[in-house]
Order: sequence, then structure tokens, then C-alpha cells
Amino acid sequence: MSPVVRLLAHRLGMSLIVLVGVSMLIFAIARIIPGDPARIALGPNATAEQVENLRQALHLDQSIVVQYGHFVADLLRGDLGVSLYTNRPVIVDIAQFLPATLELVLAAGIMMIGIGLPLGIISARYRGRWPDNLVRLVSLLGVSAPSFVWAVILMLLFAFFLPIFPIAGRISDIYSIEAVTGFLLIDTLIAGNVAAFSDAAWHIVLPAFALAVSGIGQAARLTRANMVETYDKPYIEMARSYGFPDRRIANRFAFRPSLIPALTIIGLDFAAMLGNAFLVEAVFAWPGLSRYGVAVILRKDLNAIVGTVLIISATFLIMNIIVDLLIAFINPRIRHSQRPA
Amino acid sequence: MSVATLDIRDLYLSFKGYVGTVEVLHGISLHIERGERVALVGESGSGKSVTARIVLGLLQELRSARVTGELLFEGTDLSTLSAAARHDLRGTKMSMIFQDPTSSLNPVYTIATQFHEVQKRALPSLGAAESRAMAAKMLRDVSITEPDRVLDSYPFQLSGGMNQRVMIAMALANEPSLLIADEPGTALDVTVQAQTLTLMHDLVAEHGTSVLFISHNLGVVREFADRVYVIYKGRIVEKGRTQSLFGNPGHPYTRALMAAVPKITGGGVADVEEASEAFAEPMVDHDRQAVA
Repeated sequence: MSPVVRLLAHRLGMSLIVLVGVSMLIFAIARIIPGDPARIALGPNATAEQVENLRQALHLDQSIVVQYGHFVADLLRGDLGVSLYTNRPVIVDIAQFLPATLELVLAAGIMMIGIGLPLGIISARYRGRWPDNLVRLVSLLGVSAPSFVWAVILMLLFAFFLPIFPIAGRISDIYSIEAVTGFLLIDTLIAGNVAAFSDAAWHIVLPAFALAVSGIGQAARLTRANMVETYDKPYIEMARSYGFPDRRIANRFAFRPSLIPALTIIGLDFAAMLGNAFLVEAVFAWPGLSRYGVAVILRKDLNAIVGTVLIISATFLIMNIIVDLLIAFINPRIRHSQRPA
Repeated sequence: MSVATLDIRDLYLSFKGYVGTVEVLHGISLHIERGERVALVGESGSGKSVTARIVLGLLQELRSARVTGELLFEGTDLSTLSAAARHDLRGTKMSMIFQDPTSSLNPVYTIATQFHEVQKRALPSLGAAESRAMAAKMLRDVSITEPDRVLDSYPFQLSGGMNQRVMIAMALANEPSLLIADEPGTALDVTVQAQTLTLMHDLVAEHGTSVLFISHNLGVVREFADRVYVIYKGRIVEKGRTQSLFGNPGHPYTRALMAAVPKITGGGVADVEEASEAFAEPMVDHDRQAVA
């Protein structure tokens, strides 16, 4: 078995165990929080009998172990239950809201890598000179303020005072796009509607950037720190002695070895944006899963809480596996290792 | 007389620091004829490695370094060249071998890729397949019997001796006229170091490459070099043909250096004074003694 396949199998197995653990944990925690979900769902005017009927329907009258058994049995059939908040199957809710969040997080992730890494490279290459100082100042600003602060600042600056970008939402109301994948940027292209595509793209810029700012700062700082260390390695001195241009030394010889340690953290940051997204989604009225998650937690909507957390965890784990594979791809020591990863 | 490959005249180097300026080299002069192997010998901190880096032009790029003196490479004064022209010499006309071969090769690229990069310094349009064929031939020249396996390997998959051979092959790939070897193979064990140095010796003789060989290892220098310069605290204290210098060391520092080599017959390491008044005596030039 090639080391990469072994790594993948190992990570998938681990992820499965983590998911089971997360499901148990969130299942228990959601039920420990005080408040009767049936009562909250039915409202203050419902009779005790109505509440009791709903409790039975939700198996809330049984022990938590039995409840978990029901949950797992349903889950294996692909059923996450019905949301008490929207009165729809949780799966349907997630299918509707997850793509919006993923689209936002992916756009932010692309910004984080596409802006953060080059900034870090420039910073390390011009170490101690003005481009370095500038990048360090900007990235420190990015890291130190949370993304919802950036969301508000960016919204005020570029949507209110300078109305360059739309103030909220995913797309203007004039377009009605048939949902195929749920990703508006893809669906508009499937529909062949270029105007709608650019409208959706225009909408995503500010929220994605607000979400990405701290990641950009973090990526730039990590890349710089690792590259500064790499610059002291003998192979960089050798590259200099062979007369390679500074640009090539930075972008090729120093960047790739430095990316390996940086990528792990960048990957975690990327996945953490899933959770951080909800404040940005709230500020920009972005109809995503994070916002849905907060709403269902406040309503103590058990099925929806467990479903949302599971999906977010699974996405997090998938991101981690992708990062691990990427690291294996750029680090020959892992790719050719005979030892288990 | 043909033009010397390298002629260093009266080289001074100082570093500007927070506490003032520190002079590291106090007027070094040395020259290397075409195809000649010249050793620069001294203890650590004597200025051997900085001399090599000045020849390549690496130190001049540091803002804190001040370099004065003349550097003539194949008759051209390097200070008259533009920065770009100067840069172009590196990796093509001059190349360098470092102490630790394994950490001097980039860990995330295969040997083939790194070879290709080096070859492209001289032949920018060289394709991957051609590069591979040329590299395989050069690896055979350094007695690597399975060049294809080595080319597809990463440095961490090869032994130190193997990487050293790769380094030598790479350094000679573009047929440089000057090869600078900064304590080559010091990180390797003694037998492997001896093998690779013999290989290097034969190859540079075959190609007619001039070598500036920097070392603290007198045994190795005696085997490898035609002429020797002994450097102490940024000054050349003795120079001459290898045989003459080893046969009749004239300067007190050279004698101390030779006494410091442990002998296989026992007797322990000689008691070498850390610094002595005598070490500051004027330079001993064996060529001039011969004339006189």
C-alpha cells in the first residue's frame, strides 16, 4: 500500500471515530441544557397533553441511551429528523443552508491563500525593509481584530460610505436562479446567466474578505516566520552561490519547504472559518448554515442542533484530510515514508 | 604567462555593527592559475569562508559588509562589472561546494529537478529529458552506478557520500573555470570524505578547473592542493608550494597548526598556544625564499 493511501485510510478511520464522539457529545449536551424543547416548539398556549404527545414523538420520554439508539438508526437511513424550528427535515434545511456557508468559506479560503501566502513571501524576501514592515503591520492588524469587526468596518466603508459593493445578501432580488448545487456561483453559470454570476460574485466579496482578514494575517505571518528560518538553511546559501535570482529563490527554493509547517495551521484556520462564519453571516444577512445553527440553538431544536454540528464537524474533518494530503503532496518525506504517518 | 583564473589583491573586509566597525580581513592577496588547485588553510574564524563568499559576490550584497581591494577573475576586474553581469558568473563560471552535502540540497525537490535548475543557469532553454541524460552522464563520472535511481531520489533518501558526489557533479555541470570548495565533506566520515575528494581531484584535473580549496584539515590539503596559503586572523602568514610548505614550515603559526594534528603513532594532541606573539610575524613566502 502506498504511503499516501495508508495515510488517507488512517485519517478516514480517525475521522469516523471523531464523528461518533462528537455526535455523542453534542447529543448529550443538547439534552442537558435546561428547557423543554417540546414546550418551546409548541409555544406557551399548547396544552400539557399536546406537549406530552410531542415528547413521545421525539422519544424524549425515554432514557438518553435509547434516544441515541433511535438517532443512530435514523442516521444510518440518512434521516436526521425534523426541525422543530422550520418544520422541515433537518437534511433539507442543511442542504439549503450549507452551500451558502461553504461558498463563503471557500471564497474566504481562496483569499487567505491567494493573498496571505504572497504577502508572507514578500515579507520574508524583503526582511527588515519597508515591504516587510508594512506587511507585518497589516497582518498584525488583521490577526488582532475579530472578523465581525472587519465585517462592520468593511460594510461601512465599501457598501455604505463608498457604495461599491452591495450591502447584504447573496444575490440581487431581480435574479431567480434555479438551485442545482446550491452554490450560486456555480448555479448561475449552469443557468448561463453571466449577469447573475457577476452579481453573486460581487455580493460575496465583502463578507468573504471580512471572514478572511484574520486568516490572511495569520497566513502571512506564518509564511514569513517559516521562510525566514528557511533562508538560514545551507540549501538557500547554495542556491545563492549558484546565482539564482532572488525572486526564484524566494518563490521556489525557500517557499516550498516553508509551506509544509505553515500549511497545517492554515488548514486549521480554514476549517475554523466555518464556525467563525456566523457573525459575518449575521452582519451581511447571508443565509448560511452558521446563522441557521445559532437560530436552532436558541430554539433548543434538538434534531437541528445535532445535525448542524455533525455536518460542520464532518466538513472540518474533510478539510483536515485535504490539508494532510496536500502536505503529503509537497513533502516528499511523508510521501516516501515507510513509517506510519 | 596565461591570465590567472583568480587574482585577489589586497582584500579588506569589515563589518559595520552596533558597536562600530570590525575588520575581518586585513589585506589578503592570493592568486590561482588556470587548472591550479590552491588551498586556503586556517582555523575557524580566520577568514577562510568569508574570502570564498567575497569571490562569489555574496558578501557584497550584505549592507553591513564593506569590501575593498581588487578581485580579478580571468583578467576582468569584478568591480567593473554590472551587478547583473556579476550575478551571471555564479553557477556558470564559478561554483561552490559546501560542508554538509545533505543539508545543502533542497529537501523538497528530486536530484533530477535540482540538476536541471543548475544546468539552466548556463543553458536556459535546456529541456527536462536532455538535462536528465546529461545529468546521468555526470553522475556516472562521479562513480554513481545507478544514476537513474539517484536522479529520482530526494536528498534524504541518499547517503551523505552519495549526496556529496551529487554536489560535485552539480558543481562541475556547467564546466566552471573556478570551483570553490568550502570544507567539502567535513560533515562526512573520513573514509567517504577521502573517496569523494579523490574523485573531485581527478575530475577537476580532467576538466582543467581551478580550485580554491578551503579547509582546516592539513592531511586533506597535503593530498589535494598544488599550493597552500595559510591564513591566520585575516592575514596570510605563509604561502608556498605544498611540498615546500609542508616540508619546511617557516611561520610559527603554520608550525603550531601542523603540531596540532593528532598522530596515529600516539603522543596525544600537541599543546598549541591559543595566541602567541610569534603568530604575528611577517608572512613567509616559499617562492621568494627559493629565489633568494
